[in-house]
Amino acid sequence: MQRRQFNKALAAAGALAAISPLNIARAQGKPLKVGVILPRSGYLGFIGQSCQKGADLAPGVIKDMLGVNVELMNADFESNVDTARTRAERLIQEGANVLVGPFDSGAASAIAQVAEQRGMPFVINIAAAPQITEQGYKFVFRNFQTAQDIVRNGLSLIGELFQATNTIPRSAVFMHVNDTFGQAMAKGIGAAMPRLTQLPFKIVDQIGYDPAAKDLSVEVSKAKASNADFLLLVCRLNDSIILRREMVKQKWSPMGIVSPGSPGMYEEQYFKTLGKLSEYSISNVPWYNPKSSVTKRVEAAFKKMNPKDNLVFHGLNAGFTFEAILIAADAYKRAGSTDPKALADAIRQTNIKEKMSLGGPIKFNEKGQVEGIGSACVQNLNMLPTVVLPKDAATAKPIFPAPTYKKA
Amino acid sequence: MALGLSVIFGVVRVVNFAHGEMMTIAMYAATVLFAALHLDPFLAMVPVAAAFFVFGYLLQAAVINPFITRPEHSQFMLLVAIAIILVNSMLMIFGPDAHNVQVDYQLESYEIGPLLVDKARLMAAGAAVVAASGLFAFFRYSLTGKAIRACADNYLGAKVVGLNVKHLYALTFGLGAVCVAIAGCAMVVLVDVTPPLGPAYTLLAFVIVIVGGLGSMGGALLGGVLIGVSEALAGLFIEPSAKSMFSFGLLILVLLLRPQGLLGRRT
Repeated sequence: MQRRQFNKALAAAGALAAISPLNIARAQGKPLKVGVILPRSGYLGFIGQSCQKGADLAPGVIKDMLGVNVELMNADFESNVDTARTRAERLIQEGANVLVGPFDSGAASAIAQVAEQRGMPFVINIAAAPQITEQGYKFVFRNFQTAQDIVRNGLSLIGELFQATNTIPRSAVFMHVNDTFGQAMAKGIGAAMPRLTQLPFKIVDQIGYDPAAKDLSVEVSKAKASNADFLLLVCRLNDSIILRREMVKQKWSPMGIVSPGSPGMYEEQYFKTLGKLSEYSISNVPWYNPKSSVTKRVEAAFKKMNPKDNLVFHGLNAGFTFEAILIAADAYKRAGSTDPKALADAIRQTNIKEKMSLGGPIKFNEKGQVEGIGSACVQNLNMLPTVVLPKDAATAKPIFPAPTYKKA
Repeated sequence: MALGLSVIFGVVRVVNFAHGEMMTIAMYAATVLFAALHLDPFLAMVPVAAAFFVFGYLLQAAVINPFITRPEHSQFMLLVAIAIILVNSMLMIFGPDAHNVQVDYQLESYEIGPLLVDKARLMAAGAAVVAASGLFAFFRYSLTGKAIRACADNYLGAKVVGLNVKHLYALTFGLGAVCVAIAGCAMVVLVDVTPPLGPAYTLLAFVIVIVGGLGSMGGALLGGVLIGVSEALAGLFIEPSAKSMFSFGLLILVLLLRPQGLLGRRT
């Protein structure tokens, strides 16, 4: 290299070095556009709206926490997997820098394919089907338990529940929705049960059903005919309400309804629609830590934005949706760029210790999956979802068997 | 509900693709009356049916009548468009949240030996039988009913003898809407209502009337019973997830072996 060429190269490098902090500053100044895809209508509509509450409060809380501007681009996928795919495409076309959502495993699989094809980071808030993070995707990240984790933690908590209440049920009838999530959970339970010899019960019948079903009378009569001691249920919201009503109509009162990890029975609509019938249902689910400083920030923002609502009914949905946006914003802050690849690389390096959900820090493994997210046994007591296990997080004692239903 | 679809097709020869959506509106009407006046959905059938008669009459007279002589695909597009407008209007007015009514008898059932009979379903079945009987008697014994049947049998002949066909078509659509209103008020006791509920019920009504025979009132009732029983038995003895498979299997069988439906007339 000649002297003049060397001087030019040196000058160019110097200019570049001088400008690059400005680039970062410019990147930080412009907001991160987060495409939030949720099922705000359709049979998952209630839960989608609950998740949306977490998204709506995220820009304000994140601005306070990280100083990062977040702009939401909201999309409703209408509880329809095909619509989820097209909404994801449209958000990318309209300039989203990162996708967040969608609560549903089927929709998450569809969006993940779009995100991977288009090289767009996608942070899953809630979706448990294990295969989503088993495809070798480079742009897909999940801050939620897989179905296997949910089942393992859920069944383990069922064992603790029986110990804590000195009960030994011998049989369970397993009812589950037959969508992507329900099938993944059924597979997980089928694989886990033979290994969990410490659990005192056997599954005597397994009944799958359509999550959009309007009538579950046949399914409930079949479950009742099994004479099982308790109902092991993997449900969604609407079907859990229909199912609970049908149990009363058919005068079926097992020892209790226990979910090894599914939505539905801790949702506000379950309480509102069923009243006293919602009592004593148990859900072993990933939950939030009410004592964390982030929860307190979120709770304050939630109360401000939803003065009539109680975070306890939305903690899981809103909490994990908020955390998904937090992950994206944290990565943006570190990457200093909205370039999709830089963002994806930064998300992969995430290490968030101050968070809302139970469990260890948010760190992604090589598959894009966060490990070590904790679960809690949440029982509906006094018309509120109440943590009853593990003991160190419990605010009440579990009640099992549930008292026989009496007319409300 | 299927009865309304069958009556409208049997006379007006228009397939109402907005049938399920109309039933959803009736369900919302029942929830509104319950919330505002604590009116039991089975009592709400009277005002809702009256309102639906007027709505059906006006819809046929003002919107559908001009399409009667147009190609079938135009009628199809018109009614699909009406269905989409209805769903979106409901979304705008009521939002995506589920609405329901909570009445005392909703969770009650009668125990007859080993059988448990759901009280709300029994009442809904009773309402369906009363509505079907009333409709049957109207078409069989009243002069207007006979005139409507004449229009259904021979459109040109009815015009030649001086019948006001457009008015009679509108009356028929109004009566079909009454059936939908009664079905909606009964359904709201069994199912929570959301705006996207309609298409699934439109499809179910189609399956029922095709099995029973398009245009046959008795066929609609028979089709309903057959589809309900086949789904229940398939769910109980084979696999609950496969319930719909059996009703659609029955539909294919009927289409293959008796295309006009079980009680339908060959054209």
